[in-house]
Amino acid sequence: MGYDLKMRIWRGDQSGGDLQDYTVEVSEGEVVLDAIHRLQATQSGDLAVRWNCKAGKCGSCSAEINGRPRLLCMTRLSDFDQTETITVTPMRAFPVIRDLVTDVSFNYEKARELPSFQPQPRDADGKRRMMQVDVERGQEFRKCIECFLCQDTCHVVRDHEDNKPAFAGPRFFLRYAELDMHPLDTHDRRALAQDAAGLGMCNITKCCTEVCPEGIRITDNAIIPMKERVVDRKFDPLVWLGSKIGVRNRDNDGRTDPRDPD
Amino acid sequence: MATEERTGVRGATRAEIEARTLREDRWWLSPLVTFVVFGAFVIYATVRAFMGRDYYASPYLSPFYSPCLGDCVEGASDFGQPFKAWPLSAALIILIFPLGFRMTCYYYRKAYYRAFWLSPPACAVAEPHSAYSGETRFPLILQNLHRWFWYAALVIACVLTFDVVLAFRNAEHEWGHMGLGTVLMLVNVVYIWLYTLSCHSCRHAVGGRLRHFSKHPVRYRLWTWVSGLNANHARYAWISLFSVALVDLYIWLLAMGVIEDVRFF
Repeated sequence: MGYDLKMRIWRGDQSGGDLQDYTVEVSEGEVVLDAIHRLQATQSGDLAVRWNCKAGKCGSCSAEINGRPRLLCMTRLSDFDQTETITVTPMRAFPVIRDLVTDVSFNYEKARELPSFQPQPRDADGKRRMMQVDVERGQEFRKCIECFLCQDTCHVVRDHEDNKPAFAGPRFFLRYAELDMHPLDTHDRRALAQDAAGLGMCNITKCCTEVCPEGIRITDNAIIPMKERVVDRKFDPLVWLGSKIGVRNRDNDGRTDPRDPD
Repeated sequence: MATEERTGVRGATRAEIEARTLREDRWWLSPLVTFVVFGAFVIYATVRAFMGRDYYASPYLSPFYSPCLGDCVEGASDFGQPFKAWPLSAALIILIFPLGFRMTCYYYRKAYYRAFWLSPPACAVAEPHSAYSGETRFPLILQNLHRWFWYAALVIACVLTFDVVLAFRNAEHEWGHMGLGTVLMLVNVVYIWLYTLSCHSCRHAVGGRLRHFSKHPVRYRLWTWVSGLNANHARYAWISLFSVALVDLYIWLLAMGVIEDVRFF
């Protein structure tokens, strides 16, 4: 059974724009991206929208639906009343390019700032070994589809453009955590996470976790563990005392920070 | 004001939308409830902590005053009175520890940053502040002391558990008795333990800090168990807040003679 869906869609670019009203015929079982595609096909051929897989796995169609950061392809029309007007805008934390398309290059710049995996030398037989339980630990973080909805909703950059140079954002704290929990990695990124990536800016209000379409517990499993690891290194008086009297810091556990003088 | 308008979601490069949020759900309800309930608790706890009386109704000792290390009434000090000369309420000597634990708790931080500081009030709702430095500067950098308060909270939880044992006495301190106060204190201490053990710092200390779970199977098991508890940390935070206030209220009313303890045996 089809019905007429009322939509408000933001149209414009950096020189200006506004919410425009549309009515489009939709069917039960469709998602918001279907409605936008039909709109594009039948009424508004120049509507810009970024999309790719339509299966919630490519992370392209991130936008804001009724003010909430969501994937257009994973938001079912059946979640809304048929008489309701659905408002769709581009992500509001990033510069808009046109209509629903934003410039997310901020995230790629942050990705480049993050030192990549630096494994230990191979074993004598030329292999590297990890136990299954250690492999599983990072799997949750590997589910990230880089939709950047967590970056979009994070108030540290969403509400404060001036914080962008100093703050990597939840998606990259996820990566910092994944690497720091990796038993074969040798790069101690704890100080880097706190200083260059701005982990201390996060006030753990958990919006990143709320919007993650993959259900990754970003705050509980990545950001807070990274904060605790920074505390191990930086705010733990026993560790500080141990380093001052020359007791080896066992917390380093195979990691070295190239920025450390010793 | 004009400067503020150009930042954040109203910044020059962002999509031009006047509204601070386009959310249509009741996003304000959760921070409002948090504000009212936490605010009520803070007022209640402050009043009770400064009262300095009606905290002991034999054999029950209010959790706000335990351990009672100041110049406490007879029977209340099970660990001596090393601060007998302390001129103010005995609660003020020890409350810094549970208070510090909760103030720096990762869950409570989320709750009060949203409800009291509106930073942000809810997800994708623009905050009213023009500048933000998070937890990088004094005083908020002190949030990193959470694990030290956690150590103290473990001691406090042990003391409260001891208080529950002592509550299996009658008013004359004879063993083998039980009243409604005992039940309330028992429920409270269970939730205090659940809250304390589900703490993120606890999760980190027991195993989260490791890089090789496979080399530490016992700690891995402990971490798995604490992770299960940790998923309910917020729930335990709320319930233990209510339970501690309820036990104190019950003992307050008993001590004032407003109600009589319901004795089971």
